[in-house]
Amino acid sequence: MSSDQDHLKETDTEARFEFKKEEKSAFETGKGLTEETIRVISEDKDEPEWMLERRLRALKQFQQMPMPDGWPGAPDLSEVDIDQIVPYIRPDIETRGGADSWEDLPEEIQDTFDKLGIPEAEKNALSGVGAQYESEIVYQNMQEQWEEKGVIFCDMDKAVQEHEEIVKEHFMTKCVPPSDNKFAALHGAVWSGGSFVYVPEDTTVEMPVQAYFRMNSEGMGQFEHTLIIAEENSEVHYIEGCSAPKYSAFNLHSGGVEVFVGEGAHVQYSTVQNWSKNTYNLNTKRAIAEADGTMEWVSGSMGSKATMLYPATILKGPGATDNHITIAFAGEGQNIDTGAKVYHNAPDTKSTIESKSISKDGGRTNYRGLVHIADGAENSSTSVECDALMFDNDSTSDTMPYMEIQEQKVDVAHEATVGKIGDEDVFYLQSRGLDDDDAKQMIVAGFIEPITEELPIEYAVELNRLIELEMEGSLG
Amino acid sequence: MATLEIDNLHAEVAEDGGETILRGVDLEVRSDEIHALMGPNGSGKSTLAKIIAGHPAYEVTGGDVWLHLDGDEFDEEIPEDMQTWDLLDLEPNERAALGIFLGFQYPAEIEGVTMVNFLRTALNAKLEEREELFEDEDEAEAEDDEEEDAGYETSPMEGPADEGEIGVAEFQQILQEKMEQLDMDEKFANRYLNAGFSGGEKKQNEVLQAAILEPSIAVLDEIDSGLDIDRLQDVSNGINALRDEQGAGILQITHYQRILDYVEPDHVHVMLDGQIAQSGGPELAEKLEDEGYDWVREEAYEAA
Repeated sequence: MSSDQDHLKETDTEARFEFKKEEKSAFETGKGLTEETIRVISEDKDEPEWMLERRLRALKQFQQMPMPDGWPGAPDLSEVDIDQIVPYIRPDIETRGGADSWEDLPEEIQDTFDKLGIPEAEKNALSGVGAQYESEIVYQNMQEQWEEKGVIFCDMDKAVQEHEEIVKEHFMTKCVPPSDNKFAALHGAVWSGGSFVYVPEDTTVEMPVQAYFRMNSEGMGQFEHTLIIAEENSEVHYIEGCSAPKYSAFNLHSGGVEVFVGEGAHVQYSTVQNWSKNTYNLNTKRAIAEADGTMEWVSGSMGSKATMLYPATILKGPGATDNHITIAFAGEGQNIDTGAKVYHNAPDTKSTIESKSISKDGGRTNYRGLVHIADGAENSSTSVECDALMFDNDSTSDTMPYMEIQEQKVDVAHEATVGKIGDEDVFYLQSRGLDDDDAKQMIVAGFIEPITEELPIEYAVELNRLIELEMEGSLG
Repeated sequence: MATLEIDNLHAEVAEDGGETILRGVDLEVRSDEIHALMGPNGSGKSTLAKIIAGHPAYEVTGGDVWLHLDGDEFDEEIPEDMQTWDLLDLEPNERAALGIFLGFQYPAEIEGVTMVNFLRTALNAKLEEREELFEDEDEAEAEDDEEEDAGYETSPMEGPADEGEIGVAEFQQILQEKMEQLDMDEKFANRYLNAGFSGGEKKQNEVLQAAILEPSIAVLDEIDSGLDIDRLQDVSNGINALRDEQGAGILQITHYQRILDYVEPDHVHVMLDGQIAQSGGPELAEKLEDEGYDWVREEAYEAA
């Protein structure tokens, strides 16, 4: 590939992610976080009393809990000052909870998603797309055939109104309680938007359900909540993409994801995230899998100043399975602290964790993982594999696997490799005609292939392009 | 038609205080010729091969490596001022684009990159780079402007554009054909590049790559080591085809007479202590097989 075309392609990708719109919102809370702010958000959303109460309780917990501290090698969060964050911005659209058709959206929002390729995904007959802009889902579409089967896919705010009982039972109660950690508490207080997916018993949703989140305003926080409930023997694949442009002030993303995997059900949750270099990405994601249920997490974490994210699965029923595939990329000034947690709380449960990280120009990636096998979880097995690839000697990669094994009859394996991009590998590819940049890109693309093969082609391409963009500047 | 001309080449290991390895190598390899380069371990054969291809671990301290091209692969006349290239000034990929191929003794294993994807990318990169090298500067600038105006065409959600001159379908056919010639299983196409390949499979793969990239000069570093007799024949057939069908010049580095029974050299050279100590025809290889290198050493030092 010529360097000219390379340049074009990079500019192309850069233009797509770095453009930003002039802020034009109908309503925002202003900076800071008080009980009053929470009441205003809840009122603006016309929420039932119980949700307001949950928010207020979470706010108290947030205020009482300390920042995560004393973790070896953890990202520095001292800059995260919640008083500098605008927790809620409602974009200027008439219809709450999503416009019915694309054309109803304001032009600037259409244009934003146009650049991100959302309509193209639709044209390609991908089944459903919900797009969140700032704090609200602004557009979604779902094929009728699903609705007939009783599948629900809507934004979370709408779910509170229209599926109140289901939400009330599951929302931040059993899976991710606000007491879990400081940012789960924050999320519980100020959450807004996100996706709600409900799949009834014995129902298979053949095509992936997709949502795209975009944080566009400066100094805002995004706190979308995703609640996925897959009833007995159902199957669904949910995909989420996220991005935010660069601003001088820091942004905060603190999402919450709760997944309920019913008996014999199968849920895959995939995400490709590209946050701007000043975003703090502090999420809590957890799944509970009943007997013979399968949970699969596939995540690519690009961008952000700091990420702390450890998707967790509780294997509650016998025979439940969990698979984690994660990839992290850290460049200059970035600290991507990510991993996985699995609790084997029943016999015959099985988990695999495959973590890949790439660091360059002094970036830091950590794998931080926990595998807990409870007393009585007989015949359970776990396998953890962490591979780190480094571009240079300035970059850092640490692997911190914790294994808490309380049962004798189990099978536990852990394997970690750390390597630099090999000069011999690069030379081999160069000797076949690839230039230095393309050779390195090919090696990295191969390194992350286990992730990309799990994703639909559009996301795989997106992930590869994001990585090309991240690698720009470190090469040549 | 091409000629690789190595003239009084001196080189050392690139790090500080690096060992001197080449002490004045002279060698000329032309299209359609097969040269065997023999010599004891540590005499500098592999270093010479890597320097021809542009390996960064070595520093050339004297001498030249030229590539003279009379015509391109379609035997079209190349303008006179672009016929001679100083390889030492060029990046490894530029050398590859001009027709230099290095078959590795220990090829890299690249996980996650399928053979078919890699080979098509490499072939297109080579074709494109070649075009750029032969393009004069005014044309290059004009094209730059044009490309800048062309704007962006693909969306991130549309999937990969079928980039490059050789498309996926066309390439599949080329690959299949070449693999059949080399008696390679077609499932190789979707395996990861050299990952988990046996020694023999790796060597076969090196010859396959040469067949696809169509070099004018192929330097094959111990392509015969670790091969059983059947594989040796397949690999030898592949090398002969490079010369007979594609007109490549071959510089074959080997320890053994064995492969030379199948790939008959026009010229045999013996390398000793970083120099070509002796050159001759096929009979020289036979003599080495019978008598070893000691006599070459004695003659060389007597002459000195």
